[in-house]
Amino acid sequence: MSASVSVPVRAPARRRRSVTLTVGCVLAGLIVALAIVSLFWLPYPPSDVSGGRLAGPGGGHLLGTDKLGRDLFTQLMIGSRIALAVGSGAVALGGILGVAAGLAAGFATRWLDDAIAAALDILIAFPVLLVAMLLVAARGASLASAIVAIGLGSSAVVARLTRVLVKRILSQDFVTAARTSGTSWPRIVLEHVLPNVWPTLVVNLALQLGVAVLAEASLSYLGLGAPPPNESWGRMLQEAQATVLTAPLGAIAPGVLLILLVIGVNLIADGLRDVADPTRRRSR
Amino acid sequence: MSLLTVNGLSVHSPDGRALVRDLSFSIGPGERLGLIGESGSGKSLTALAIMGLLPAGMTVSGSVVLDAPGMPATEVVGAPSRRLDRLRGRAATTVFQEPLTALDPLMRVGRQVAEPLRRWRGLRGAALREATLSALTEVRLSDPERIARAYPHEISGGQRQRVAIAMALACEPALLIADEPTTALDVSVQADVLSLLANLIAARGMSLLFITHDLAVVAGVTDRVLVMRDGTAVESGTVLDIVTAPREPYTRDLVDSARTFDEALNRRKP
Ligand SMILES: Nc1ncnc2c1ncn2[C@@H]1O[C@H](COP(=O)(O)OP(=O)(O)OP(=O)(O)O)[C@@H](O)[C@H]1O
Ligand SMILES: [Mg+2]
Repeated sequence: MSASVSVPVRAPARRRRSVTLTVGCVLAGLIVALAIVSLFWLPYPPSDVSGGRLAGPGGGHLLGTDKLGRDLFTQLMIGSRIALAVGSGAVALGGILGVAAGLAAGFATRWLDDAIAAALDILIAFPVLLVAMLLVAARGASLASAIVAIGLGSSAVVARLTRVLVKRILSQDFVTAARTSGTSWPRIVLEHVLPNVWPTLVVNLALQLGVAVLAEASLSYLGLGAPPPNESWGRMLQEAQATVLTAPLGAIAPGVLLILLVIGVNLIADGLRDVADPTRRRSR
Repeated sequence: MSLLTVNGLSVHSPDGRALVRDLSFSIGPGERLGLIGESGSGKSLTALAIMGLLPAGMTVSGSVVLDAPGMPATEVVGAPSRRLDRLRGRAATTVFQEPLTALDPLMRVGRQVAEPLRRWRGLRGAALREATLSALTEVRLSDPERIARAYPHEISGGQRQRVAIAMALACEPALLIADEPTTALDVSVQADVLSLLANLIAARGMSLLFITHDLAVVAGVTDRVLVMRDGTAVESGTVLDIVTAPREPYTRDLVDSARTFDEALNRRKP
């Protein structure tokens, strides 16, 4: 009588999902642990140059020293703090502003939607660098200025994505079906729109986090980021460029940590998406 | 007074095309009307206009009055959305053509059925769970416990459409609008869902607006038929009248094609 039953394949999917999440948490957790420890303990004071310039690994300096004689591992630990602050700060700001603007545009009447869409395109075309320079001119170079500039940049990207996702979901039958049974708009946003936007959004936010950490590197290079002696990984990378052949660790170490953080966060996002979206949980 | 009175309803697209023109009909309590017409004739737009849910940019004129028991008679055209929220569900609700897209893919089936029960009957906790399972049982879903825990992609098309029907019935509507509820289903499943729908409607004394482009389907479910073409009503009457003495050439085509289909079916029988 009734049609055949599609049996959900649950067990292997659940394992795979937890592997993704676990590896992601371990990688990102490593950086978080470094950052937390750096708040209480550092191998050397940040400006200590007693090790001599470009010393090799060992001999009291785990990874050696940079061209000013500062301990590399100390710099990395401080850098992890900055990377996490910039990444999470910019993504939080960009996420909140972006989702709010995207929802507003998704629901707006046509002309208001067009206006928001045009504003977003302008904002996206507007380089983060320019925003950062304006902010620095107004408030001085600081980590906060960098976070705000990068966060504004990513909010435009998030808003544009959210707007498209919201529009797509609002045009779906299940929204109309919920409307025909008398569900109000706020409830539809909370119960149908946001949960359906989330799986795609979370992956994009993870990408934004990687972009934010890299953007801070370029800002630091131009003196628009965290002021010395707080070296970010990005600035370490750029400062090590000149000596990459004689002292490669100075470039490799921050690069590796940056990659670990970005991969970790993206794995976490993949895991979260799979948790949020049951249609992805089928075995692949 | 009729439950639904549509009078001179017209719908225009944003670029000014007339998609529905001067449509008038009414449905009384317990009455079942079939709305039939070819693809693009404006059937779905008529259903949306009745619910006050036309896409943004479309303009409506004319009158749609819903007068459900226990509720003030309401003119839907031009009514504010908050007033319609209180009306939708109770006065009228809709079952759509495509059951996969009519269910939220990220929400468990049980929760989707529970939502109208919670809102309209004020049920909570164990009572809500109980009512959800019995709503699923009522649409003849075996193993309702498993279905309630499943996501829409984990159940079959026929099961999904039963769930959608359960969701609509959970609102206890005075009028059910079914917009081609069986078109997306396999033929054998179609018959099941159709008879289920007919039985539930009869048992509850609900009114029905049944939309289809298939005269054979509408004949088994409704008493009266309204034939639409290019946004206007071209003919209306009882199913028997329409089938035995179609006046419009268009209706005659519909009847002929239904008959050909029937004959083809009969020829295949031994
Ligand atoms: N959002 C829209 N914007 C502009 N035109 C639309 C829109 N929706 C539908 N139309 C047009 O309105 C007309 C009627 O559409 P409708 O969906 O009511 O047809 P229908 O009778 O339900 O057809 P079907 O049997 O294929 O479902 C069609 O010509 C269609 O192109
Ligand atoms: Mg239709």
